[in-house]
Amino acid sequence: MNWPVIALLAAVALPFVTATVIFALGETRSTARSAANLLGAAGTAVAVLAAAASAWQGREERAFASAGIELLDIGFGLEADMLGSVFAVVAGVLWLVTTVYAIGYMSRSADRARFFGFFSICVGSAIGIALAENLITFFVFYEMLTLATYPLVVHSGTPAALKGGRTYLTYALPAGAALALGVVWLHVLAGPVSFTPGGALPFGLAFVHPAQLTVIFALLMGGLGVKAALFPLHGWLPAAMVAPAPVSSLLHAVAVVKAGVFGIARVVLEVYGPDAALLGLTLPLAALAAFTIIFGSVRALVQDDLKKRLAFSTVAQLSYIVLGVVLASPLAIAAGIAHLAHHAALKITMFFTAGVVAEEVGAYRVSEFDGLGRRMPLTMGAFSIAALGIVGTPPAAGFTTKWLLGAGALDSGTGWVLAVLAVSSLLNAAYFFPIIHRAWFRTPRAEWASGPAPGRAEADLRMVVPLVVTALAGLAMGLLAAAALSPARWAMLVAAMEAL
Amino acid sequence: MTDALLVHMPALAVVVPLVAAPIAFLAGARWGRPVALFATALSIPVAFVIAWMASTAGEKLRYQIGGWDAPLGIGLVVDGLSATMLLVTAVVGFAITVYSLGYFAEQEKYRFFWALWLFLLASLAALFLSADVFNLYVGLELVSVAAVALVGLSGKRDALIAAMRYMLAAILGSIFYLFGVALLYGAFGVLDLAHLAAVLGPDVTGQAAFALITIGLVLKTALFPAHFWLPPAHSNAPSPVSAVLSALVVKGSFYILLRLWTDVGDPSYVPGMGTLLGVLGATAIVWGSIQALRQERLKMLVAYSTVAQIGYLFLLFPLVEIAGRHVADAWSAGVFHAVSHALAKSAMFLAAGAVLSRFGHDRIEGLGGLSRRAPVTMMAFGLSGITMMGLPPSGGFVAKWLYITASIESGAWWWAVVVLAGGLLAAGYVARVVVPGFAKASADASDADVDAGRLPKHMELAALSLALAALVLGVLGQPVLDLMVVGDPASGVIP
Repeated sequence: MNWPVIALLAAVALPFVTATVIFALGETRSTARSAANLLGAAGTAVAVLAAAASAWQGREERAFASAGIELLDIGFGLEADMLGSVFAVVAGVLWLVTTVYAIGYMSRSADRARFFGFFSICVGSAIGIALAENLITFFVFYEMLTLATYPLVVHSGTPAALKGGRTYLTYALPAGAALALGVVWLHVLAGPVSFTPGGALPFGLAFVHPAQLTVIFALLMGGLGVKAALFPLHGWLPAAMVAPAPVSSLLHAVAVVKAGVFGIARVVLEVYGPDAALLGLTLPLAALAAFTIIFGSVRALVQDDLKKRLAFSTVAQLSYIVLGVVLASPLAIAAGIAHLAHHAALKITMFFTAGVVAEEVGAYRVSEFDGLGRRMPLTMGAFSIAALGIVGTPPAAGFTTKWLLGAGALDSGTGWVLAVLAVSSLLNAAYFFPIIHRAWFRTPRAEWASGPAPGRAEADLRMVVPLVVTALAGLAMGLLAAAALSPARWAMLVAAMEAL
Repeated sequence: MTDALLVHMPALAVVVPLVAAPIAFLAGARWGRPVALFATALSIPVAFVIAWMASTAGEKLRYQIGGWDAPLGIGLVVDGLSATMLLVTAVVGFAITVYSLGYFAEQEKYRFFWALWLFLLASLAALFLSADVFNLYVGLELVSVAAVALVGLSGKRDALIAAMRYMLAAILGSIFYLFGVALLYGAFGVLDLAHLAAVLGPDVTGQAAFALITIGLVLKTALFPAHFWLPPAHSNAPSPVSAVLSALVVKGSFYILLRLWTDVGDPSYVPGMGTLLGVLGATAIVWGSIQALRQERLKMLVAYSTVAQIGYLFLLFPLVEIAGRHVADAWSAGVFHAVSHALAKSAMFLAAGAVLSRFGHDRIEGLGGLSRRAPVTMMAFGLSGITMMGLPPSGGFVAKWLYITASIESGAWWWAVVVLAGGLLAAGYVARVVVPGFAKASADASDADVDAGRLPKHMELAALSLALAALVLGVLGQPVLDLMVVGDPASGVIP
């Protein structure tokens, strides 16, 4: 076995190994557990980066590291390709950052072994989703992610948490059934479906079975659309905000929701390919994504609870990725894929912030943020950078996305997307600027006016440092968008292959 | 020397527990335990060797007891299917034995458990190795006798009533079965399965015999609407017994149905029978799941889950009839489902038993905080629930995958809908236990004394191991899928 294969297997296996160790160590041995968790997360980060490096090496010949096992005519396979590496790196590297944050955030909480164990399983499943070589393997990890997220949503065990968890399952389990039916049906119709840039359906199948392929597409989108929070399947996401902050940050802004949009990207680009447009499936999906963008932004506008506002913002932002992918011009695809990383860094920063603020000063609502910048300058500084980034103010990463998406939309002859972008940006500004304004320009509460207590950090540094790091990462992705290994450049390389 | 020993391996699968049973009886409550542990542990390598023999031979192996040939002597037959069932019996049997060591702490009341338990395992092995319909009958009866006795073991009123009901259903089933066997013998003059397959023709007597045998076995397998005896019997039995009843005993009678309808005849032999069994199976899935959703006690919920899961086994018959046999086929789906359900359901009942010991009751509404009080048991229950739902990566997922494939390929998509709907219903009843498990522990006054009793680790781990085995079966199950079709002439035939 050569190093790329080892990296590929380690990237998927290490989080599960970490979970096993965490469960075995149990509740009481918390130092050993944290050490194992950090070690596992660091190892995973190295492994996903190595897997991405191997994808980079093999990109010209399309020679990627792969591994798999066979079961009947079902092949379970992993492959470190260019597209998958993007999501794997995002999930794996942010896991390390989130682990540091979570150890700080959960330090006084109960049932930590259970929490961190299932957290690791979620990350492992997300990386499995990213590196799955075919639709069945993807589905296996996708359903594992569905189930492993549940204990985290209901972690606090309060009636509100259980209710949020029930809402989550009510959406996610039927979605899994729809996805299962779609995957099996496609398997019957087209044989084993390996993800292939430019589409994997046998030549001419779209002419022979247009109706069946359309129904299968609808089933797949129904199944993936729940995690991707496409309207009208988005309702679980705001409800799931009862989860602890690290869960909202990594899972409900990055790993879980992006598993949905990543799946849509795989299906549209690497299963259906040009057949999707041929069957007339892309335009309805693009319209739905556009509507979700506006809808999510409008709903975000009226939320006073910060986490809810962020959740609806996520609903809208996820559809940028979907929209980019279905527009299918190289620049639009690049915009979608790059936004996978851009939004991850920016939104995780904001959820980290929401968690720190709630823990440190007990502010949950936007209306309670007056003058918070004085009390927590680093935290609110990071939040502001991220917010500006999402709105699309240059030079932060969100601007890069919108620029590429607009250019891509013109290329693919869908000029109306520009209008959606403009309206959405205005709305983004309308729901984020008030928070920034309150934090920096309103008169602070009396106890905040003098800043953090002398000689003391503004909050637990295990939480502040991660959010500063992710904010800077988000800034760098935009500033250095033209650099060789930036997400935007990487995405353009992927898009060039996909749009062939 | 080695060859001479190998030849007797199939007999050894029966002989080991059969010899151990009277020893355990004489040894009493205390020393019966190591005897059972040793015998069930020994059964695992024996089963593996038999599986190895079957797969290297690649065809049905016959073993004549005392050297007498059929139709006079008693023959044992080993092929992939019987080797698979023996293997599952050995693995599940060993895990349940380990669990029972803690469950039946040396109580005089349960003195007879070990002997009956070993006798049951021996009877199951004999059943899975029988070569003719009469010996199958004998095996089936021995299984029933041991199982009924085990249900009534606690001597409580409810348990005795349940055991009595079970016995009546079993006897009624046997009568039908025996009638059918008599008709078969009258019509064809042979009882051996292979001979029967050779001479079976479109004969009204033969068809009537098949129908009667099927009625008898449907009663014993507790297929809807003949499931009435199962929930009380499975839920009132001591938990290790519940586990073996749901995991293995109902599969014994199903095994005979499988032999009859896919080895000797095929589902089209009696027109409409395949569809009828499928419709009953589909109804069982829906009805059993809905009943499970409505139960107030955990063990009743798990028992109704068995009623539902048995339904999946019977989808095999219509799908084999319409879709035929080939690589990804409904036959494999049914057998694979039987295997993964055996592992997962025994895990689930063992977990339920652990809950019962931990909480002192099994009222579902009182199980709040399970994940904190007994995390390993909660994990075992949740993981076995994944197989019940048929979600990946469990063995149940592969079974459903094959079923859905077969039904879409043959255009009979409604079976696929039933399979998927059954999965969602299963999620519903599993959630009834898992969801409160994550709730904060209720502030009952009883919490303190409940927390006094910790569970022996090996009990919880036995349940967890079985659940994990069912879970990984979906990814690592290829050897099992290969093994179970060995010696099956129909496998690999593309229609």
